[in-house]
Amino acid sequence: MVVAVAIDRATSSRKDGPHLAELADTVTEQVAATQTRVRRARGFGVRAIGDRVFNLTTLALALVILALLFGVTLDLVINAMPSIKTFGLHFLVSTDWDPTNDQYGALPFIYGTVVSSLLALLIAVPLALGVALCLSEMVPTWLSHKLGFLVELLAAIPSVVYGLWGIFIMGPWLRDHVDPLLAKYLGFLPFFQGPQISVSMLSAAVVLAIMVLPYISAVCTDVFRVVPQTQREAAYALGATKWEMVRMAVLPFGVSGVIGAVILGLGRALGETIAVAMVIGNRPEISASVFMPSSTLASVIANEFVEATSDLNLAALVELGLVLLVLGLILNVAARTLVYSSTQRRFSKGK
Amino acid sequence: MLLNPAQQRHNLYRNLKSKIMVGLTVAATIVALIPLFLVLGYLLSKGAASISWDFFTKMPTPVGQGGGGMANAIIGTFELVGIATLIGVPIGVGAGIYLAENRGSQLAQAIRFAADVMMGIPSIVIGIFVYAIFVKPFYGFSTLSGSIALAIIMIPLVTRTAEEMILLVPHELREAALALGVPRWRTTTSVVVRTAISGIATGVILAVARVAGETAPLLFTAFGNRFWSTSLFQPISSLTVQVYTYAISPFADWQRQAWAGALVLTAIVLAMELGVRWVTRGTARVAR
Repeated sequence: MVVAVAIDRATSSRKDGPHLAELADTVTEQVAATQTRVRRARGFGVRAIGDRVFNLTTLALALVILALLFGVTLDLVINAMPSIKTFGLHFLVSTDWDPTNDQYGALPFIYGTVVSSLLALLIAVPLALGVALCLSEMVPTWLSHKLGFLVELLAAIPSVVYGLWGIFIMGPWLRDHVDPLLAKYLGFLPFFQGPQISVSMLSAAVVLAIMVLPYISAVCTDVFRVVPQTQREAAYALGATKWEMVRMAVLPFGVSGVIGAVILGLGRALGETIAVAMVIGNRPEISASVFMPSSTLASVIANEFVEATSDLNLAALVELGLVLLVLGLILNVAARTLVYSSTQRRFSKGK
Repeated sequence: MLLNPAQQRHNLYRNLKSKIMVGLTVAATIVALIPLFLVLGYLLSKGAASISWDFFTKMPTPVGQGGGGMANAIIGTFELVGIATLIGVPIGVGAGIYLAENRGSQLAQAIRFAADVMMGIPSIVIGIFVYAIFVKPFYGFSTLSGSIALAIIMIPLVTRTAEEMILLVPHELREAALALGVPRWRTTTSVVVRTAISGIATGVILAVARVAGETAPLLFTAFGNRFWSTSLFQPISSLTVQVYTYAISPFADWQRQAWAGALVLTAIVLAMELGVRWVTRGTARVAR
């Protein structure tokens, strides 16, 4: 109808018949005018404002996340400044942690954090891989979901409860039953020599292993589950046994996801605070023996932050937090990138 | 197909190897679950032995006096987690909606990545952050700052679960609403989010359960309190911090109380997890 009106006007304005370009212009004009009228009639202006307000609100809330991430980093850098200025890079390599003389070095804690986390991974990764393969390949789906649920419950137990259990039950048990065995058969290594103490690097590693296992196995299970069924069938068609199928089809397909899961687990282990603070013994010295107490970045912050004696002491503790944050950020960015790329299939299917 | 003896032996070996490896994965699963049952078993036996009605109704007593309970810590945990939920859930859900509605945009991708990375920040670092921006310059140790710390931990968890749940809503629903002339924002709030609401609620409960078990970020924000906390600007006790303090104390009756506290804490957290999972029958999952 609009077009008809336009044609009518165009023809009537020019006695020598419709001119095409002009006709097109008029049509466009008329259509635009009609659209505006319809929009006004339906209250589109109000709606557009509603949409805009809603979008801006959700955007602002989403930006809170970015702000927090930058805020946390910036805040730690600022508050660690006195310590950064005083000790410089020497902070990272000095083993001197002496609040009475205001001398601070992070090395014992970095050592404790890295060693306890790596030991935990050494225990947890093979088990987690076993669990993930068992859940994705070996057992029927209904059982897989039930077992997967139980494994995830491990992640639900609060870390302070693991710490409590670690101090009173697991630590003494390790000291009485595991330490002597390790000392007897592996005692020629420096790691398994010396006095056997229930709060130790080993206790921390075992507790950490229990705590990170569910995270690693859950991600690995997800990664293995997105391996295309055709890959498995192809391996079977070539006459592979179940294990050969896993080796040929499942593991190669999931390898980057598994690495991502392990790094994610490492990130968890590095940052775990309370359970470790309770079972590691909190002794800021480096000793080769895993039977001896040690200390981690997170555990020393938990123990000393409230009792910091000077501003420099507080700044040094914040700098330990900064080291922890930077380690965590690097590991997480790496892990997320790897896991994203190997579960892409799942995400694109979800859309 | 005829195989020569060497091939037959080889096949036997391959089958045996496969069986052994399958057995090993099953064994790994069993070994992985042993700590779960050990921890729960000890909690039940040790915790039940020292739990009593007094534990829920009485205040902590000084060392050596015996008796007493954790009434203030139990209420404190609920208070801290409740306020954290009030702060964290609107932000988390709003951000989740933004991420789901603007899936393709660069900014949304950056924010999604930031949320994932934030989940990996050690919770004690969040504690330091809140200490530096709220505790030190303003009111000192307080309920509010403890809640803020927990809220910061909740936000990325809620965001990512909300986003995933909203994306599960069929696109046809949204199109149908838009075709009826419903404005976009009304479509999102009353059709899309409402459809996803049970999933979002599940995610929220799982996030609440997660922060209810946090100790580290509370150590120097909420701090702890042996008495009732009567204002948002006073330190407050929580089950986790109380269990921690009692567990590392050298006193036997405090250690007994720690087991009781741990039992109550675990019961609260697992009740939320199990309840949610029972209702949703295994489909529920918190982002990690």
